[in-house]
Order: sequence, then C-alpha cells, then structure tokens
Amino acid sequence: MTPVQHLAFLETGMHRTASEAGFSAPEVDYAAVSPMLVIFGAALLAVLVEAFVPRRFRYAVQVPLTLLSLAGAFGAVVWYSTTGDHLQTAGSMVSDPTGGGVSTLEGAVVIDSVSLFLQGTLLLLAFLSVLIMSERNLDSGGSFTPAASAVPGSPGEEQALRAGFCQSEIYPLLLFTVGGMLLFPAAADLLTMFIALEVLSLPLYLMCGLARRRRLLSQEASLKYFLLGAFSSAFFLYGAALLYGYAGTVRLSGIATAITVPTTDAQLGRDWLMLTGIALVAVGLLFKIGAAPFHSWTPDVYQGAPTPVTGFMAAATKVAAFGALLRVLYVAFSGARWDWEPALWGVAILTMVVGSVIAIVQTDVKRMLAYSSIAHAGFLLTGLLAVDVSGLRSVLFYLVAYGFTTIGAFALVTLVRDSGEEGQIGGEATHLSQWAGLGRRSPLLAATFTLFLLSFAGIPLTSGFSGKFAVFAAAVSHGAWVLALIGVLASLVAAFFYVRVIVLMYFSEPTSGGTAVVAPGAATVFAVVVAAAVTVVLGVAPSLLLDLTRDAVFLP
Amino acid sequence: MNPYVPILVLTALGAAFAVLSVAGSFLIGPRRHNRAKLDAYECGIEPTPHAVGGGRFPVKYYLVAMLFIVFDIESVFLMPYAVAFGKLGLFALVEMVLFMVTVFVAYAYMWRRGGLDWD
Amino acid sequence: MTALPSTLVAGTPDAVSLAASGAVQERAWLLVALPLAGAAILLLGGRRLNRWGHWLAVALSWSAFAWGVLLFWSLRGQAPDDRSRSLHLFTWVPAGNFQLDAGLLLDPLSVAFVLMVTFVASLIHVYSVAYMEHDPDRRRFFAYMNLFVASMLLLVLADSYVLLYVGWEGVGLASYLLIGFWNHNPDYAAAAKKAFIANRVGDLGLTIAIMIMFATFGTVTYSGVLSGLDGASEGTLTAIGLMLLLGACGKSAQFPLQSWLGDAMAGPTPVSALIHAATMVTAGVYLVVRSGPIYESAPTAQLLVVIVGAVTLVFGAIVGCAKDDIKKALAASTMSQIGYMMLAAGLGPVGYIFAIFHLLTHGFFKAGMFLGAGSVMHGMNDSVDLRGFGRLNGVMKVTWLTFAAGWLAILGVPPFSGFFSKDKIIETAFATGDGARPWLVGSVALVGAGLTAFYMSRMFFLTFHGRKRWPEDAHPHESPLLMTVPMVILAVGSVALGGFLAFDHTFLNWLEPATGTAHEEDPVLAAIVIQGATLALVAAGIALAWARYWRAEVPATAPAGNPLTVAARNDLYQDQVNEVLLMQSGQYLTRSLVFVDNRGVDGLVRGSAAAVGGLAGRLRRWQTGFVRSYATSMTAGVIAVVLGVVAVRI
Repeated sequence: MTPVQHLAFLETGMHRTASEAGFSAPEVDYAAVSPMLVIFGAALLAVLVEAFVPRRFRYAVQVPLTLLSLAGAFGAVVWYSTTGDHLQTAGSMVSDPTGGGVSTLEGAVVIDSVSLFLQGTLLLLAFLSVLIMSERNLDSGGSFTPAASAVPGSPGEEQALRAGFCQSEIYPLLLFTVGGMLLFPAAADLLTMFIALEVLSLPLYLMCGLARRRRLLSQEASLKYFLLGAFSSAFFLYGAALLYGYAGTVRLSGIATAITVPTTDAQLGRDWLMLTGIALVAVGLLFKIGAAPFHSWTPDVYQGAPTPVTGFMAAATKVAAFGALLRVLYVAFSGARWDWEPALWGVAILTMVVGSVIAIVQTDVKRMLAYSSIAHAGFLLTGLLAVDVSGLRSVLFYLVAYGFTTIGAFALVTLVRDSGEEGQIGGEATHLSQWAGLGRRSPLLAATFTLFLLSFAGIPLTSGFSGKFAVFAAAVSHGAWVLALIGVLASLVAAFFYVRVIVLMYFSEPTSGGTAVVAPGAATVFAVVVAAAVTVVLGVAPSLLLDLTRDAVFLP
Repeated sequence: MNPYVPILVLTALGAAFAVLSVAGSFLIGPRRHNRAKLDAYECGIEPTPHAVGGGRFPVKYYLVAMLFIVFDIESVFLMPYAVAFGKLGLFALVEMVLFMVTVFVAYAYMWRRGGLDWD
Repeated sequence: MTALPSTLVAGTPDAVSLAASGAVQERAWLLVALPLAGAAILLLGGRRLNRWGHWLAVALSWSAFAWGVLLFWSLRGQAPDDRSRSLHLFTWVPAGNFQLDAGLLLDPLSVAFVLMVTFVASLIHVYSVAYMEHDPDRRRFFAYMNLFVASMLLLVLADSYVLLYVGWEGVGLASYLLIGFWNHNPDYAAAAKKAFIANRVGDLGLTIAIMIMFATFGTVTYSGVLSGLDGASEGTLTAIGLMLLLGACGKSAQFPLQSWLGDAMAGPTPVSALIHAATMVTAGVYLVVRSGPIYESAPTAQLLVVIVGAVTLVFGAIVGCAKDDIKKALAASTMSQIGYMMLAAGLGPVGYIFAIFHLLTHGFFKAGMFLGAGSVMHGMNDSVDLRGFGRLNGVMKVTWLTFAAGWLAILGVPPFSGFFSKDKIIETAFATGDGARPWLVGSVALVGAGLTAFYMSRMFFLTFHGRKRWPEDAHPHESPLLMTVPMVILAVGSVALGGFLAFDHTFLNWLEPATGTAHEEDPVLAAIVIQGATLALVAAGIALAWARYWRAEVPATAPAGNPLTVAARNDLYQDQVNEVLLMQSGQYLTRSLVFVDNRGVDGLVRGSAAAVGGLAGRLRRWQTGFVRSYATSMTAGVIAVVLGVVAVRI
C-alpha cells in the first residue's frame, strides 16, 4: 500500500474512532484499485532504480519500466471494466447507492464508470507522453537538464552537460503524478481528493523545472507554479474545512445529503458556510484546469516547462482536474446547483473570452497554445454546466479529444529548432515568426500540425468538432443558450489565430535560416501518429467513443 | 458550553505565551552582543558567507531537515497504530510494514544519491 | 405565395422519403467517395504521381458524372412522387437521446445539382490539364479540385443540416486553398484569407441556425425539421431563416458579405469558373431553396431574402459596369446573377424552380465565359486588363464565338439559355405579393437586366471588338484543343440548355416533387409586356455599350470618371465600410484586452497606450509576470466567486 492510500485509510480509520468504539480493518477491493497500486508500486521501484542502478543504465531501465507499468495499469483498467457486474447503465448522472461501481477503502475511493473512463484516458495520455519524453534524437541526453540542482550557467552544470548526464528522475516523478491523477477523479471524500491533488501537483512542479535549455525560464515556471499551486490548494483545503463544518463529514455523498436535506443545527440557517465552502473548493479545482481568473500561471508555466512536460500537463492535468470537478459538482454539490451555477457561468464566459482573445496577440507558439488551452477549459466548463448526464458525457468525450490533440501538438513543437550558422541544432524555435514557410520545408510536419490546429479550431471531421458539438449541444439542450452562443463566438475568434498559424506556415516566406526541423526518433513519431489518428477517427466516427461514455454514471 | 470555546482559550494562551516570551526577553534581558550571537542560528554550523544579503544557509541543511521530517511523520503514524495494534491484526501489520518500506525507499534514494555526504 | 398549404411542399411528411433501392441508388455514396479518393491519392501519392495524377483526377470526376447520370435515370424510372430517396450511411453521433445519422437524400433537386456540378467540373478539369500545364504544382491543384467536387457533392446530397455543414466547410476549405494557390504572391494569400473570414461570418449564421433547429425540433435532418414546422413559433422560424440567410450570404457573396468574391479572382481561372461562378457560390441559393418551407412560414425572413437578392443584383451590376479587370467584371456579374437567383428563391415554390433553373443555365454560360476569359489571358500573357485587349475576334475565333454564346445567354436574348430562366424570374417578380411589392421587385429585376446588357456588352466589345490596344509584347493566339473543346461544349449548353429544359415544362415537372407544386400567378403586367420591356432595355444596354466601347476610342488608362464610376471601381467602398465597421472596432476590442496581458505584446500596447491612458497603466501594473500580482488577481477572483455564489441567496 502506498503512502497516499495509507493516509486515506488512516484518515478514515481515525474518523471511525469518533463514532465507533475502536478500529476494524478496512475493506479493500484490490482489483478495483489495482491500476493505482501498479503505478505507485512502479514509482517506488523507479526511485530505487535511481538509487541503485549505475547512471549509464538508468535511462535504459527507467523507460521500459515506466512504459510497462503504464501499459499494465491500463490493462488493469480494461480488465476491471470489462469483467464484473459493477457497471450499470442509467439515465441519471448519479446512480442510486445500491447501483453500479465499487466504493472501497472505507468509502474513500469510488471506482465507477467515470473513474475507469478517466483513468484509462489518463494512462493512455501518459503513455504517449513518456514516448515523447524519452526522445533522445533531438538533444543528446534527452529533453531534460543533466543537473537540475546546479545553478544555471554555473561550472557544475557545464560539467554535467559535458559528461552527457541525463536526469532520469523525470520518470518516477511522472509515475507519482500519474498515480495522483488516477486517484483524483476517483476520490470520494474531500480529504482524499486533497491528497490526490498534492500528489499529482508536487511532482509536476518539479518536472516543470527540468528543461534542458532556457533553464532560468524553466525554474521560474516551476517556482511560479509551485507558489500559486500551494496558494490554490490552501483555498481548496479551507473550503473543505468549511464544508466539514457544515455537513459534519468530508464524504461527498454525506455533503450531498446535508445540502439537499439539512437537518442538524449546524446546517439549518448556515447556508453561507456551505456556499463559501463550495466556492472555495471549486476555486481550488478551477485553478488546476486553468480557468480565468485563476489562469495567470498557465502561459508562464506552459512556456517555461520542458515541452514534453507541457504537453503532458496540458492534457493529463486537465483530464484529472475536470474529473474531480465533475465529481464534486455533480455528486456533492448538485443540490445547490442554482447557487453555484451563476458564478461558474461567469467563470466559463470569462475563461472562453480571455483565452480566445488574448491568444490572438501571442507571438510564441507555446504561449499561444497555453491560451488556447485556457479557452478549451472554458468550452469544457460550458458542457459541464449542463449539470446533467449529457453534460457529463460531452465533457468526457471532449477531454479525450482535446488530450490527444494537445499531446500531438506539443510533440511537434519539440521538433522545430533554432539552428546556428554551421547548422548546429539549438533549442526550440517557439517564436511564431520562425514557423513561417514551414509548409514548404517540412510538409509532413506542417500538415500534421495543421490537422491539430484545425481540431483545436473545431473544424468538422476532426475530433475538436465532435467535442465542441457535444458540449454546446449539451449546454443548449439545458437552456444554457447564452453560454453556447458565447462559446461559438469565442471559437470563431479562436479559429482566427489557429488559421493564422496555418497561413504563416503555408503562405509566408520562410525566414532566412535560423530554423531547422529535426527528425525525431521512432517513439515520438509513433506518439504523433497515434495522436493524429485519434484526432481524425474521433472526428469521422465519434460514435466509437461516445458509445463508451454512454454508460458513464457517478456512484455517490 | 460551545465545544469551540476550549479551542479559543487554547489559541489565546498559545498566542499570549509567544508574545509574552518575546516581549519579556526583549524588555528585561541583558544586551551584550558578540559575533556568534548575531549570526544566523544554524545548529552550530558556520553560516555560508554571501556577498549580498548577509549569510545564506547551505542547501544541504534543508536536506537533513527534510529527512528528519520523513521519519517524524513515520512516527506520527506509528503512534495510533501502536494504540490499536491488538484490534487490527495481521492486515495492519502488513500494511504498516509496507508503509515503512515506502518511507525507506525515500531514505535509500537520499543515501545513494549522496544526500547524506556533507561535502 | 403564402397561400400554398405547406402539405403540398415536398420534404414535408407527405413526401416521405423512401429508402434508396437498386444498386445505383444504394451506392450513391460513390459520388462523394470517388473524387475524395482522388484528392487523397494525389495529396498522399507524392511526386511520383506528377506525370499522370491529373488524368486520374479527370477520370474520377467524369466517373462521378457517369454515376450521376445513372442515378438520374434510376430516379426518372420511378413515379414522380417516389423520386425522393433517402440513403442511410451510418450513425454519426449517437449522443444520448440525440442521434445523428449520416445519410444522403436523393431527390430531383439534389440530382439536378449533381448532374450540373459533375458535368461542369469534369469539363473544367479537362480544360485545366492544359491551362495548368506549366505549373509545377499541378498535382496539388487537381487534388484540391477533386476535394472541391467531393465536398460540393456532399453538400447537395446531405440529408441533414449538419452533414450539409460538413460539405459547406469542405467547399470553403477547397475554395480557400485554391484562391491562395499561388500564395507566393502576398496579395493572393490575403485574398484567400479574406474569403475565409467572410465565409466564417456566414458559417456562424449557419451554426446558430442549426443550434436553434436542434433546440426547437430536437433534430437537424431536413425531413425532421421541415415536418416539424407547425410546432414552432413564427419568431423562432424567422430567427432560423435569418441565420440561414446569413450563411447563404457568406457563401454566395450576397450583400453585405459580398466583398470577398472580387478578390477571390486571385485564384487560377479554372477555379474562378468552377467554384466562384458555377457551383460553390450558388450553394447559398441551394440552402434557401432546400429550406423553402421555413421561409414560407416566416414571411419576414422570406422578404429579407428578396431584399438581399435585389440589393445584390443591382450592386453587382453597378460594380460590373466599371471594372477594367475582365475576371473582376465577371465576378461582379456572378454576384449580380446570384442576386437574381436569391431574389427568385424568396418568391416561393415558383421562384424556387426558376432560381434553380437560372442557377443551372448560369452555371453553363458563366463557366463558359470564365474559361473564355482564361483563354484570352492564356493568349495575352496573363493580362486581365480589358483596356489592353480589343479586336481579338480575328485571332481567337473559337474563344470569340463561345464567349459570344455566353454573352447572348446572360443577356437573355431569345432563344439562348438565359432568356428562358431570367425572363421567368422577372415575370415571377412582377407576380408576387400584392400592393406595391410586385412593382418594386419587378422593376429592380427589370432594370438589372438592362444593366447586365450594358456591362456584359462592354466587356465583350472591349475584349473582342473595337481597335487593337494590345501591349507591344503580346502575340495573341488561339488556345489548344484541350481548352477549346470544353469551351465549345459549354457554349452549346449556353445556347440550347435553356430551351431544352423549358420545352414542355420538362424542368418544372422534374423539380416539382422536390420544391412543391407551383401555382403560377398572373403578373401585374401582361407577360408579353414584360418580355417586351426587358428586350427593349437589353437592346438599349447593348446600343450604349456599342457606342462607347466599340465605335468610340477607348483610352488605354481609365479616365477619371464621375463619382459613381469611381465608387463602382472601388466596389462601392465595401472594403472601407467593412474595415470601419468590423475590422477597426474588432481591433480596438482586441487591443483593449491586450492590456490584460502585457508580455510579448508591448509593441501593440504602446501603439494605443495613449488612447487608453491611465487605465492601461493601472491594468499593466497588475500583470507583470510576478507571482505576487498573479496571486492578487487570483484572490480577487476568489472573492468574486465566493460573493457570486453567496449572493444568489441574498
């Protein structure tokens, strides 16, 4: 058992002392939590590899270990969701307590169809990300710094560079963060959720600071993300405390009951406690998805982090955080939906507008994609605000569509490099002007990037269109007219800056030298091909995935 | 009585203790300065000199401090386990061993990667 | 027109579509699949296809035409009421209670389009083989052309608004790629962008219309929407109608979204002929006709269709009178002729038939004239300046004769094609509604005919008659057979198609099951009077053009001209209006928001910092890239959200 589950178990265990006389061993459904056990186990193993395997073999051990564990965990998810009778089809977004899904670890973790769907998605996204992170054709020694703790530009760093070191800690860090992400949308009480939030965030902060080039920018990103992340975690925790004060429990189902049928003295007439708690918990999660006005970290961090990490973060963090947001809002807070909906409407509108409009003036491709991801968070919120089973399904679909496209797009960003006068390859050429005329020099790269951009823009026959259609349809069918309309307008604005890049790649004269496209290794190629394939397939035949989300339902 | 009252009282007592100790030593303590007294407190270690902004703590100091916290937390969790040991049985024993192994993984990493070497 | 009971209108439940039967109908998806496969093969095949790839494209285009003919015969073999066939392809989006099937609708209307699109497209494919012979990117050109054909066929064959939207975006994409085909010229790339953006504005309308439909009817198929009209309020239907009209205006270059069409002439001439004259730009007319029952239930929206058509018709004609660029003059004429179709499409079932009729004949004669213009350019070193032509009739006999056929057809001189279609539109315009409306609409259509005669004759005389005004290095010559044969075939169509289809009401009878029974009403003037007046105006137009551009000396550079001429040369200042109304205000909005994020955009910010002054300074101080300011803005956000949630209870 891992520390996280331990803490969860102990928390619930202590909880019981208050109500019952003494402890009893908790029930653990090992099959249901097996994906998390695999990942956390592998993460610990990876730490030991770092400790005991000689430096030159570490990369060769870490990459297969990470990929195998991700694949194994995905296999476990598939196996668990295809066997057993725990999944049910229902017409409502929350099944009755006797229905499908498994509540395990004394109710701290719920493995229902939504958890399984998101866990599967996360594992696939992480798998592709690892393939991209393991790329070593672009920079000798990989995309990450050889000595993260050395002062940038110091002799120590220089030495490590020359020795060809590589920091393979990225793999255990990734496994820990994936573990946290798996737990995040499956957490059934606010404390477990908080722990998952921290477990997924802390390694991410570190991963952001590991860029091989532009070390200062990377470290700045890391520190900013850490400070602001800690800040927002505090809000989450404060909200959880207030909700505990109101409901007398941190269990989501208990909070739902307390909101719907307030009974005790602590609940009657103390709505402000509940409402403030809801708002603060929501803020903590909105920070993670990058919704405005809690988005300010996104551009800086996305720009500074190593690009493979940015891709992973943009895709997987959003999936996990939206999973948690969905669960909290739909399971715990749906009784007070009329109270929080207006505020979230405001957030959704602001997010779409800020993301789409500010992206127009960006000159750095990573910053542009960062603002684009903010805008997508807004579109996702639009679907979420249907507060209904169709909202749930559309968001799940959108997350998959967006996740794969994002990973593919950032993977391509790693390939366009500065080049010196003698043709030596430098860091990433992220300034948009350096992308001019790429269509003529690297038609394949430009075409693939165009596909991803078109998908972001929501052009039909790409997954982005199917996703946007799903979320807007969900919003409209529940009367969220204005939201959908603003969403369409915002995507219109967004289409402009996506198309601008396409125009730049195809219809502009290339800048005189200074940019080179580096041929990637097979792993990156494979990841990009998969991402492109998913983008097209989900655009042409979205029913393949929509069928999977059809049974999506939360277990309280 | 409102169950929160004792908490409030405790908070007030704690705050009063902190304020009174600092204020008291400030007001009535003798003032005889020497270099050692003005240095940053660092468990008896010489502070690293730094050009700007005075003394700076060596980062290794924090490594040790963090390692201490790892074991600190471990003992925090061992306490309630020890109390309920009898009722939890084999399951909890296995779990607790696993927990300690987990903590030792961090320790092993620190040790192997030179976190315990002072120089 | 509103007197028609909606049950008589096809597409409504009475005309329930039968399932497609027989191999020809069941495999109708081949129509889309064949050219699409061509595009894919050409794009993915790489350089090794350079030698024969274009012939593959030609072959696939012709085979789509062949399939269209088979389809036509198979429908023709069935009773008129059974000619609407639906073909289910696959379930596209099964989302909860909302299910979207991808399916094709094979009915007289769509088949008429299929025949015209594939035939004209195939001819233009052949023509392009010669026209693009020396272009290094010929393979890519044909790939885009095939992509266009596939998208256009999907657009007309779709059985739901969403699938239509896919085709709609597809033709937009193909158009964008082809306008910017010679994108090494920045002006051309800008033209492509302009077309794209104007189209996006229109697409927004279509998107909203589809959303309203979904919200109102719970379905977006033609049959579902058009059969559920009784359940919707007139207000909703008006909204749908207006939004659809916005979409149609974008695609068909109708007022006020017309400005892109002139610039779109930057594309290779075959593209202008196919996409920006014969087919894609008429998609808006198709959309309005297809949605006919909606407009019949929403008189306000229908009236606006008529107004848009009438305004564009005059607008295009005026612009056409002043253009010295042969392709831009033709583009203005296209705009104007589509205005006729749009006007007709706003006149109810009779109008639909003549709108589509005119659309078909126009497809032939306008494509023919564009190919003629291409042929002239081919012989004149790619010059497009009308003032640099003159007296080409001797050296380019075939081009001259085929162009003349198109010219007489667009003028509506009997017995050429245009006479049968355009005259009927004018008559119908005089027959619609009551009070002053028939007079007003009719007169606009009538005056338009005179203007058309003037500017088309001007173009014709300037090109082929009068004195030689050739540049010194010009050695005009007739184009190769591959180019002239398609021109001749289109010219035959320009001459005879109208009479052929009008004979014994052939076309009317064919289309009636799809558009609804047409009750011709008597115009406010006798038909013979209208015809007489039209012909008289046409004759006057020709005479005026003859006096000014054949007999008189034509200066090599355009004279200053009166204010109207100057305005017309500048497209009646549409670009300036757009710029002031849309672009500048849009840019202003963007700039204001830029202040929220100062990094990397300082240049822009400084440019307008003076205007926004102190406020900018304050906002910029918040967003410095410092964590502390980010934390501050987050805290403000937290307070706002908390207050927002709590305030609901107060």
